[in-house]
Amino acid sequence: MKLFLSGNEAIARGGYEYGATFAAAYPGTPSTEIVESLIPYEEIYAEWSTNEKVALEVGLGASLAGSRVIVAMKHVGVNVAADPLFTAAYTGVNGGLVLISADDPTMHSSQNEQDNRNIAPFAKIPMLEPTDSQEAKDLVGEGFKISEQFDTPVLIRITTRIAHGKGLVDCQDRQQPPKREYKKDASKYCMLPAFARKRRLVVEERTARLQEYSETTPYNRIEWGAKDIGIITSGIAYQYAKEVFGDKASYLKLGFTWPLPEKMIRDFAAQVGKIYVIEELDPYLETQIKAMGIEVIGKDIIPNMFELSAEIIREKVLGEKPLPTKEIKAPIAPRPPVLCAGCPHRPVFYVLKKMNVAVMGDIGCYGLAVPPPLEAVDTTVCMGASIGMAHGFQKASDWIGDNKKAVGVIGDSTFFHSGMTGLAGMVFNKGIGAVLVLDNRTTAMTGHQPHPGTGITAKGEPTAEIEIEDVVRSMGVKDVAVVDSYDLEGVEKAIRHALDFEGPSVVVFRRACALLKGLPKLLPLEIDQEKCTQCHICLGTGCPALVHHPDKTVTIDADACTGCTVCAQVCPFDAIVEVGGEARD
Amino acid sequence: MTNKVTNVLLVGVGGQGTLLAARILSGVLQEAGYDVKMSEVHGMSQRGGSVVTFVRYGDKVHSPLVEKGKADLILSFEKLEALRWLPYLKAEGTIVVNDLALLPSPVLMGKADYPYNALEILAEEAGTLITLDASKVAMEEAGNVRTQNVALLGALAKHMDIDRQVWQQVIRSSVPPKTVDANLKAFAAGARY
Repeated sequence: MKLFLSGNEAIARGGYEYGATFAAAYPGTPSTEIVESLIPYEEIYAEWSTNEKVALEVGLGASLAGSRVIVAMKHVGVNVAADPLFTAAYTGVNGGLVLISADDPTMHSSQNEQDNRNIAPFAKIPMLEPTDSQEAKDLVGEGFKISEQFDTPVLIRITTRIAHGKGLVDCQDRQQPPKREYKKDASKYCMLPAFARKRRLVVEERTARLQEYSETTPYNRIEWGAKDIGIITSGIAYQYAKEVFGDKASYLKLGFTWPLPEKMIRDFAAQVGKIYVIEELDPYLETQIKAMGIEVIGKDIIPNMFELSAEIIREKVLGEKPLPTKEIKAPIAPRPPVLCAGCPHRPVFYVLKKMNVAVMGDIGCYGLAVPPPLEAVDTTVCMGASIGMAHGFQKASDWIGDNKKAVGVIGDSTFFHSGMTGLAGMVFNKGIGAVLVLDNRTTAMTGHQPHPGTGITAKGEPTAEIEIEDVVRSMGVKDVAVVDSYDLEGVEKAIRHALDFEGPSVVVFRRACALLKGLPKLLPLEIDQEKCTQCHICLGTGCPALVHHPDKTVTIDADACTGCTVCAQVCPFDAIVEVGGEARD
Repeated sequence: MTNKVTNVLLVGVGGQGTLLAARILSGVLQEAGYDVKMSEVHGMSQRGGSVVTFVRYGDKVHSPLVEKGKADLILSFEKLEALRWLPYLKAEGTIVVNDLALLPSPVLMGKADYPYNALEILAEEAGTLITLDASKVAMEEAGNVRTQNVALLGALAKHMDIDRQVWQQVIRSSVPPKTVDANLKAFAAGARY
């Protein structure tokens, strides 16, 4: 049976076919659909963990208990999970443990670009790289096999075009996983220095065996074509190279990319003319191959940043100029993503913009409050950074006598991910920062996954709902408020109070994401053109339901308007009213 | 052996429902026996941003991405987006465009102009330009405004060499059962453009 699957769906399918019984992840583009696609399988337990470090720890525990496990995350998630990962490399596993890193070259939906192939030699764990959806599925089986045979976590590294690219995948029935009993073994699982030193030797010996395996695995193979050009490649770059060269070159296609098959590389190099290493992002293969003393052409002509493409290879390797393209004979307005109509984040940032405070932002939809017209955010760094940075900014500013105010703005899912630890530090270290938690009742940016505050599990079962305000109070924050984000006056009052309070202060702005299903419908609004003075203050909210016409009039798109009333609240002339002309009180 | 690969772009605005159209199109190509690859980007761009889905089919497809100047067909759910992706169209390529203007945020805020003459420019540049008001077709011919994406696919299908029955079969299995008749009507109506 052939199914048309994205790489992420294919990895989930691989988990199913090759006997996974356990999956854990924190959502993050472009990795989210892996565990989303595993959730429906009855045979597999799947959860959204609090963050990526927790996901890997949960996965390691499940592996020790005997499960075959998939743990999935985006590239920056692996940074969060690096701590358990680097020691899990020492403890090894019981049931097969596969960690998927979904990298995002060109940063379609990320704050940085990193090539997580570097993680494999750094953590000393074997790595697999699929070139399409079929291999994405197959390599999950290969990953489980290697993990159990060599007693190691296995990294499967994909990129956006593998994760979200779809192709035909040959699908099979599920295989029953082997039963693997848990055996207590402190010398293997307790990495106290004395034991860790012994395991360090095991890791090195394992790497030597993996190196031999790399020479024989069918996932490292030569595809012969014309021999005057030899191409060494992996991942999506293989497809671009094939697109450009077809059979006019020979390929060393590497699917098992750590440790590299040195003999096979030497053998290939000896049989071809000019050798190109075609890879996306870092010179990962190139550096190792050059260290073998083999002369290759790579990053001296192929860019080391942003996505690669067939066009780039044509131009850089073959010197072919891009095709002349049709000219667009009109100014093309950009169409950036925006906060949705009715987004409960909007009023908070509308208020913050008016205040002279440093706004330490975080990772989530609220990144859309950075560009105009809101321009309300000073920083976007990583998950949870808002609280630590607000504390540090406030402390330093007081210490040096600047007395500049700082607030940290963080989402609900992000608060549980890594905001709580920062807040404990703020309380402990006598911080006086204000923390604003934008609680929209879901993990919105990645497509509405539940989190510890939503009262529902990944599998859709009801569960304990952790109230953010309870957490915050129990951490010793004395000044805690819960405010409806749609109440602009209440939002402003709460922020001003939090800023004035001499101590750590938390405001939870609670209002569900406007895209969540099953919300009560509010009446859309319209603009009374008699009262409207075309002052355009409403446009400052950046709501996409407000339409500014060439004649300067503004109207409301009734299909887009959710009736949040934020524009009506900012209108100084009471010109924005519910459809039907009823005045708002 | 020549490996002929056909390149299609589906372009529009995040939230317009290009994904269902892409799913039907890829299902049709699979059913017709082609190797198919499709590439889209999720996440940030879905919040009302410009979105593109690349679809490539033929005997054997390698890259999931369409190169500039090589698209045989562009199906655009919105006029400005058809213009934005025009550099991907090959010299004699065909554009099917929904006669719909969705104003991007810089235009809504009065910071940029919308190219209201988009159709005239497209007519000059495209080998073939097919324009239809998909929501009107969906309402008037199928009685259901939500069939507009399938109406656009009808117009696209006319420029692809795939049996009408394959399209009908895949549409039947891809849309909610209650809307099958309306969608088949919308598909037939779109194919008249």
